[in-house]
Amino acid sequence: MLVAKIFVCLKPNVLDPQGKAVCNSLQQLGYTNVIEARVSKYIELTLDSDDKEAVWKETDKICQELLANPNTEHYWFTLENKEESQI
Amino acid sequence: MRVSVITFPGSNCDHDAKEAFAFYGHNSRLIWHKDKDLQNPDLVVLPGGFSYGDYLRCGAIARFSPIVEEVMAFAKRGGLILGICNGFQILTECGLLPGTLLPNIGLNFICQHQYIRVENPDTPFTHQISEGTTLDIPIAHKEGNYFCSEDTLKELKDNNQIVFRYCDKKGNITAQANPNGSLENIAGICNKSRRILGMMPHPERAATPYVNSNDGGKIFAALESYFNLH
Repeated sequence: MLVAKIFVCLKPNVLDPQGKAVCNSLQQLGYTNVIEARVSKYIELTLDSDDKEAVWKETDKICQELLANPNTEHYWFTLENKEESQI
Repeated sequence: MRVSVITFPGSNCDHDAKEAFAFYGHNSRLIWHKDKDLQNPDLVVLPGGFSYGDYLRCGAIARFSPIVEEVMAFAKRGGLILGICNGFQILTECGLLPGTLLPNIGLNFICQHQYIRVENPDTPFTHQISEGTTLDIPIAHKEGNYFCSEDTLKELKDNNQIVFRYCDKKGNITAQANPNGSLENIAGICNKSRRILGMMPHPERAATPYVNSNDGGKIFAALESYFNLH
C-alpha cells in the first residue's frame, strides 16, 4: 500500500485572508519576525497498490479532478510505502 | 414557468426559493439531489446553503450528486439555470461559470442588506430592468469573494458577462461598497450564452411584500417576462 501526502496551497497571486489573520496573531504574540503566513490544506490518501508509477499518475489525476481548484490552488505530493510512512 | 429547485444535503434556501417562485405564480418544485429527473423544467435553481457541509471547498462535492449530471445536460441543451450563493459556488465548481468564490476578505460571515447594480440588462434574469438600476438584495455568505485570472476577467468584460456589481445606494461602485473583496465588486456573472447566472445575493429573500425589500422579485419578474416573450 502507498500513502500519498498531498499539499494544496493557494497560488501566490491569490489573497489569503486566513493567512493574514494568522500572521497578525503571531505578530501580536511578539513574533515580529513573521511577515507573512499562508494557510494550506494537507490531505493524506492511502492507496491499495504498490505500483508507484501508476499511483503517481492516479494521485495527480485525483488532485486535478477534485482536491485542488486549478483557478486558485496548486498542489504537490509525495508517495511513501504505508509501513514506512510517518507524519 | 416550470421551476425545479435542487435540494442538496445542506441546502437551506431551497424552500425559500420554491416559495418565492410559487408566490410569483410559477409551478415550482423541489428535486432531491439523488433523483435523476429534473421534471422538465424551464428553469433550474441551485439554491443557497452549505451543500455537503462546504467540505473541501464550497460546492466542490455537490457536483458529484446524481442530479448534477442532469443539470449539466440541461445546460448543454441551453436550459436556464440560476445559481444563488452556494448555487453560484456549485456552478463554478462544475465549470459552468468561470472563476472561484474565495473566503471573504474580512473572514467574517456577512449577513446584511446589500445594494447591487445591474450591469447587463440583456440577460433573461435582468430582462427589462434598465442598466444601472440598483437593487437592494440581502447577502449571507462567508465565501463570496469572487476571483478569477486576468484573462478570464478580460473575457468576462469583453463578453459583457458581469451582470451584477456591489454598489452603494446611489449605484456607485466603490471599494467601501464591496462587502467581501470580490474582484471589481462582482456580485453575479453569466455564461457566454447568458442562459446561466450565478449570484451571491439572495433574490428569494427579497421577493415578497412581507420583507424589507422586494427588489429580488424584479429578477423573478424579469425571468417571467423573458419567458413569456420566448
